[in-house]
Amino acid sequence: MIVAGCDIGSLTSKAVILNNRNILSQAVMRSSFRPDESARKVMDKALADAGIGIDELSCCVGTGYGREKIPFVDRVFSEIACHAKGARHLMPAVRTVIDIGGQDCKAIRLDDRGSVVKFITNDKCAAGTGRFLDVMARLLGVDPDRLGRLSARAGRPLSLASTCTVWAQAEVIHHLNENTPIADIAAAVNQAMAGRVAILARSVGLQPEVCMTGGVAKNVGVVAHLEKLLDVKIRRLRIDPQIIGAFGAALYAGETWGGASDDRSRL
Amino acid sequence: MIVAGCDVGSLSAKAVILRDGRVAASHVMRARPHPRDSAREVMAAVTNKAGVSPDSFDYCVATGYGRNNVECADAAESEIACHAKGAWTVVPQARMVIDIGGQDAKAVRFDENGEVVRYVYNDKCASGTGRFLEIMAEALDIRLEDMGEIASRSKDPVTLSNQCVVFAETEIISLVNEGRDIHDIVCGLHRAMAHRVASLARSIELASEITMSGGVAKNCGMFAALEEALKIRLMPMEIDPQIVGALGAAVIALEKTGGKGGA
Repeated sequence: MIVAGCDIGSLTSKAVILNNRNILSQAVMRSSFRPDESARKVMDKALADAGIGIDELSCCVGTGYGREKIPFVDRVFSEIACHAKGARHLMPAVRTVIDIGGQDCKAIRLDDRGSVVKFITNDKCAAGTGRFLDVMARLLGVDPDRLGRLSARAGRPLSLASTCTVWAQAEVIHHLNENTPIADIAAAVNQAMAGRVAILARSVGLQPEVCMTGGVAKNVGVVAHLEKLLDVKIRRLRIDPQIIGAFGAALYAGETWGGASDDRSRL
Repeated sequence: MIVAGCDVGSLSAKAVILRDGRVAASHVMRARPHPRDSAREVMAAVTNKAGVSPDSFDYCVATGYGRNNVECADAAESEIACHAKGAWTVVPQARMVIDIGGQDAKAVRFDENGEVVRYVYNDKCASGTGRFLEIMAEALDIRLEDMGEIASRSKDPVTLSNQCVVFAETEIISLVNEGRDIHDIVCGLHRAMAHRVASLARSIELASEITMSGGVAKNCGMFAALEEALKIRLMPMEIDPQIVGALGAAVIALEKTGGKGGA
């Protein structure tokens, strides 16, 4: 049985195709202004990589900020549900999922059966979201993906006094003018980011095992600072953390299809 | 009797000189990188305008973020106390002042003597400060000082869904791309910011008579939007609203020498 999940975020679009719960293909792309267009493109790529046509999918589930605009999905699920589903499948012992997206951050707590018991989202303030890192990376003239490795080379510890992205930007410019090494500033940026995320994680009632999803989970600097701040080990997932939402959506697609013979109305 | 007040902010420096309780001169300038230089320069300009020398002051009070860098000052006072005193001096019936500066916003309730009763302050989040308008003006490629006038010609203001400056900036860019009218966007921006400042002020309970100070008070669009958000008529100031902090500092200086306020 072949199913798919499609996660249309504000910055990136992701698609995962599963064959009996095994990943056949996956795709990640930058989102365009139009969610329907982003969805088509990213799904076409995943389908091409899997070497199948869209009519071979038994079911497709959509999620993410643009989920209501995806033209080809059978059902939609919230991002919270999909991230929880995906993380739980990969790591049955997980109790807390921290998902940092391009414009939001979520902390999700699961019980031992994998049900979501509590979640907190920040999408009001850019601090503590992927956007904060994007803004800072642009100022530093580095690719956002490089911020993590850069900060590993930091010498003198530095910290940013401001939480607000706008004020922190002014601080970073000041440091650049003072010729502070970029690595030191990158470390301060990652630390500030981790500080905001830690507040959210604590208020959801953090419990081990903890894992991170979303693109920022690939930033080793943020992960290391977060581990220190929360005094907990953050477990690595065995697939790309950026596709967990789409992966969870695809798992839901498999369940939906599996149960479809006795409940077609769910489609 | 000659007293002075000097308000060294993060973006601008302001100074006021009172001669026998009346404003003899005032000056506003853009801040220099170091507050000491801002203080020196603004005091030189204001003494020059008033035709007095700095050593002729009976008393000088400094305020603002750079208040400890004003060499000619006899004392330093908080911005909160100075804004209350300054607003009370200009609008004696008022019992609250809402001050929006370049990097902060505050609401201060005061009593019939201009003494602080309660206040609330935001300098943590750029939304609801002058920086919000500055960034939006840059993004829209319009002049900050034209914003009020542009907003006044709006027929169908947009409603912004974001408070955060960073997110709101993206939002207005997509509104421009969607072809929304610039007047409607700018008016929507003023409303969003007014909403933010109004919640700040409400958190300490509104007084029935409110006035507005700070550089942003010169923006007629913001003045109107704030009146709308507060559902109250704001009492306008008959002086430059940007010098209220410095004026308050000067009035406090006068009180320290035993004189009575009333510019």
